Amino acid sequence: MVALVDYGVGNLFSLVSSLAAVGADAVVTSDAKVLRDADKIILPGVGAFGDAAAKLRATGLDSVIKEEAAKGKPLLGICLGMQMLLRKSYEYGEHEGLGLIKGEIRPISEVIPSDYKIPHIGWNALNFTENKSPLFKYINEGDHVYFVHSFYGTNCAESTIATAEYGAPLTAAVAKDNVMGCQFHPEKSGNVGLAILKAFCEE
Amino acid sequence: MITKRIIPCLDVKNGRVVKGVNFEGLGDVASPVELAKFYSDCGADELVFYDITASAEGRKLFTDILCELARSVFIPLTVGGGINTLEDFDRVLKCGADKVSVNSGAIRNLSLIGEAAKRYGDQCVVLSADIKRVDGVFRVFAKGGRENTGMEAIEWIKRGVDNGAGEIVVNSIDTDGVKGGFDIEMLEAVCNAVSVPVIASGGAGCIDHFTELFGALPKVDAGLAASIFHFGEVKIEDLKKELKKNNIPVRL
Repeated sequence: MVALVDYGVGNLFSLVSSLAAVGADAVVTSDAKVLRDADKIILPGVGAFGDAAAKLRATGLDSVIKEEAAKGKPLLGICLGMQMLLRKSYEYGEHEGLGLIKGEIRPISEVIPSDYKIPHIGWNALNFTENKSPLFKYINEGDHVYFVHSFYGTNCAESTIATAEYGAPLTAAVAKDNVMGCQFHPEKSGNVGLAILKAFCEE
Repeated sequence: MITKRIIPCLDVKNGRVVKGVNFEGLGDVASPVELAKFYSDCGADELVFYDITASAEGRKLFTDILCELARSVFIPLTVGGGINTLEDFDRVLKCGADKVSVNSGAIRNLSLIGEAAKRYGDQCVVLSADIKRVDGVFRVFAKGGRENTGMEAIEWIKRGVDNGAGEIVVNSIDTDGVKGGFDIEMLEAVCNAVSVPVIASGGAGCIDHFTELFGALPKVDAGLAASIFHFGEVKIEDLKKELKKNNIPVRL
């Protein structure tokens, strides 16, 4: 069973639908016991980092997620959920993340040329790093996925498994052992996105 | 590299797609769910649904269908038509829409854009503007293009972006339905005024019109059309292959 962490941030409709489409048994929950009983955990999220991190801490689920990840349970962060896996974010101030992956979140405006639009929105190709992640076992390098973001993960090169070119190579996905994250939205990335979710569900 | 988006637009009334649709191998061409799946399989990058229903029953039917559709189509979905309040945003977002397009609702009440952007994020709020030249000036029209608001279009769009609109749909009334190509002049004026993504609408009649659009205006992010896709005059796969041949980045 895959547990989708519900902490009052964003809309889980599409994620639930896409997990159903790949045959996963998914449940939306804010219950610590359900997270502990689950085989896998997905941490979604949209909106501002500080607000979302505060909401997650307020539920007390942040420590449950960390405990379960430490036990080796597969964890996938999506979009802001991926960003929260890192140590720190500099989105409107300075905020602590879960610290499961080394690195931090900074504005993409710091690295992309000034004539590029912000947010980075639309379909972009994935460039894999040297070792192809198991998360990508059903897809190919150059496949397109759907992005919507204005901040990105940096100083996380050792955990980066894919980047997307947008005037600079932006971190598109990260993984460190059982902890994984996608900056893009697999639930909005057509068959490529479904194939990534399927691979995660088979971890 | 970010790709140019090709977006079919579907008008839905009382739960059915209106305007003639003509596809081989599609059982029920008026079913929004079937048509959405078909377009998604053909390589559409995004879908726009306009609810042109007038009744409350029709509206309820629309949201039911949206839910059903969002369970089987996994590309970004934009919904417009009859969006006047935050409750309207909430209603369609809960059913799986990713973005919400406002037009007359924002003309009546500009603060709708800001309030929605604050609650759901800028990326969720699309400002759609129907624009027509009147005595050489771009004017914003309301009520489906029937009523001149008197507002200058570029200023209106800038105000929309300043208030939080994350994307702009520029629908040129002058070129709409003529199938003579997109309104490059109007689109250029908008692209030069704002830094958010701009979606071109109105005037596409053939593949070359898209090549011309993205060639002339690299700043335009997407091309939207309805009838040429629905009638099969332009197949999305063919269109994208042709764009690629012309070195315009697309998702194939």
